[in-house]
Amino acid sequence: MKFSRLIFANLFRKKIRLLLTVGSFAIALFLFTFLAVVRGAFSRGTELAGADRLVVINRVGLINTMPLSYGDKIRQIKGVKFATHNNWFGGVYQDEKNFFPQFVIDPDNQRQVMTEMRVPDDQWKNFVGDRQGVIAGRNLAKRFGWKVGDRIPLQNALYGPTKTWQFNLDGIYTNDKEGGDESQFWLQWDYFYENVPDVIKGQAGWWVLKLDSPDDAVRVGRAVDNTFANSSYETKTETESAFQAGFAKQLGNIQLLITTIGSVVFFTLLLVTGNTMAISIRERTGELAVLKAIGYSDRFVLFFVLAESLVIALFGGLIGLGLAILAIPVVGANLNGLLPPLLLSVTALGLGVVVAVFVGIASGLLPGISAMRLRVVDALRRV
Amino acid sequence: MIRVDGQGNGKSLIQVRGLSKTYRRGGEEIQVLQRLNLDLDKGDFVGFMGPSGSGKTTLLNLLGGLDVPTQGSITVDGDEITHMSGSKLTQWRARHVGFIFQMYNLIPVLTAFQNVELPLLLTKLSKAERRKHVETALSVVGLSNRMDHYPRQLSGGQEQRVTIARAIVSDPTFLLCDEPTGDLDRKSADEIMELIEELVAKHGKTVLMVTHDAMVAARAHTTLHLDKGVLVEASKLEQGVVAGGVA
Repeated sequence: MKFSRLIFANLFRKKIRLLLTVGSFAIALFLFTFLAVVRGAFSRGTELAGADRLVVINRVGLINTMPLSYGDKIRQIKGVKFATHNNWFGGVYQDEKNFFPQFVIDPDNQRQVMTEMRVPDDQWKNFVGDRQGVIAGRNLAKRFGWKVGDRIPLQNALYGPTKTWQFNLDGIYTNDKEGGDESQFWLQWDYFYENVPDVIKGQAGWWVLKLDSPDDAVRVGRAVDNTFANSSYETKTETESAFQAGFAKQLGNIQLLITTIGSVVFFTLLLVTGNTMAISIRERTGELAVLKAIGYSDRFVLFFVLAESLVIALFGGLIGLGLAILAIPVVGANLNGLLPPLLLSVTALGLGVVVAVFVGIASGLLPGISAMRLRVVDALRRV
Repeated sequence: MIRVDGQGNGKSLIQVRGLSKTYRRGGEEIQVLQRLNLDLDKGDFVGFMGPSGSGKTTLLNLLGGLDVPTQGSITVDGDEITHMSGSKLTQWRARHVGFIFQMYNLIPVLTAFQNVELPLLLTKLSKAERRKHVETALSVVGLSNRMDHYPRQLSGGQEQRVTIARAIVSDPTFLLCDEPTGDLDRKSADEIMELIEELVAKHGKTVLMVTHDAMVAARAHTTLHLDKGVLVEASKLEQGVVAGGVA
């Protein structure tokens, strides 16, 4: 394009200012993309939840348990294909910083319900036959360098006096869904049952139900809750996505918080770039007047200003997105399971490009319009 | 033939009739130009002199289509420009007017070549054709060996030469020079005036020049004096020039 030389020459006339503007744009866009990824991580649990799965918890709250005998009654409800019960374990591996979710599972039904979590048959067979056996998610095993056959000690103080529980890593599960959770630690129900105080025995934390059809969700949910209505342990049954959303909300309205911070970043970006363009145009009033005098139309002048701000935005944007591509996996790996997996999707990258283009155009628009309206005679008088 | 009495034969390259310009400043109306008439033919070289505020630059701006008159008309080569829309006027300027400013007004981040090429970027000329035109223009002003120099690497006189090259590169109908030597020492000013004279004599350019400098004005074919917005006398009473040419 024959005008590109003029556009780039103007851009590079103040190199330090260009560097600082592109740098602030890059950092801001990186932050914006990072926040979008974190926001996505919080909502991904909901998106990835099985449409044909229900979660049954104690109506009082998630930390309250229910009798194990509920399982038989739940399975009798029409539309329930499988039901598996889980419990929270809450052990500590070496240091409290090494948090990861640990679930006591029901080996008879877990695989039939959590179908996207795949364990090789031979590993599963070993796990079922090993009371101290555990299955770890692929990411979790990678995080601590565990291999099948390793002995894993966890300290636990939730069930009686603090003691160390010893486990054997019998298998590693993977998740068929992109971005799906691979950070859980499953241990055998029987081993747990043997080692907890009597008061805990005969209780389960929650059930996950696999339905014949997602269309049955409302009816089955109501049927489960009606079955246990007016009992000492009333239930609250909801779809897995609603359960995940509610779980995320326990941390506060993360989505709103992230959206607010993202908006602040976005408008700061707009102001920084807009200010740079405004200063740059003000410094070049005389030159723009000369361009107009020699035949460049108002639209050309607007085009030049928009092209400059767009180039700044795209430069900064691409650097910011490059930073995001490099940094998000590293940050995600160091979050130690505190957040759902951070996944930089094509959509998030696309959103970053759209934001960069939008900010580029929006920030150049006001200075561009003022340059467009510049009267040559007045501007030349100021030179 | 240069006339200021409005009695031209209607075939002049530039015809100005009853041109007035009034500015409003606060509640006050300031009449800068009052019913001026002017006829210029191709190849004329006219200098406008006058004290500050007499309306010289305003006249130049009106003739160059940078400003619009309050009254009157300007016709250039058959085109009446006073009623053209802003965008039409911009296109007209690109085709017909070459501007030479006192402060040169080159783009500092472009080389001499690139500065001169600017008006041609608006045309459909190919890159090779543009290069040929720019090289010719720079050779006319004697700067063939400075093509790749930036304005900061040139002297004031050389910068003004680049401005002249930029003004002539698209072969405009006429050149408007606003104090072309105002920022130069005497030697450089002489060189610039020689160049402008050469453009008139050898290349048949029509030049309208505003200056404060009587010696510079004396190089024009005719000098017209503006005072309080009125053309009051012609310094060179050559044949065909009518003094005090306002109605």
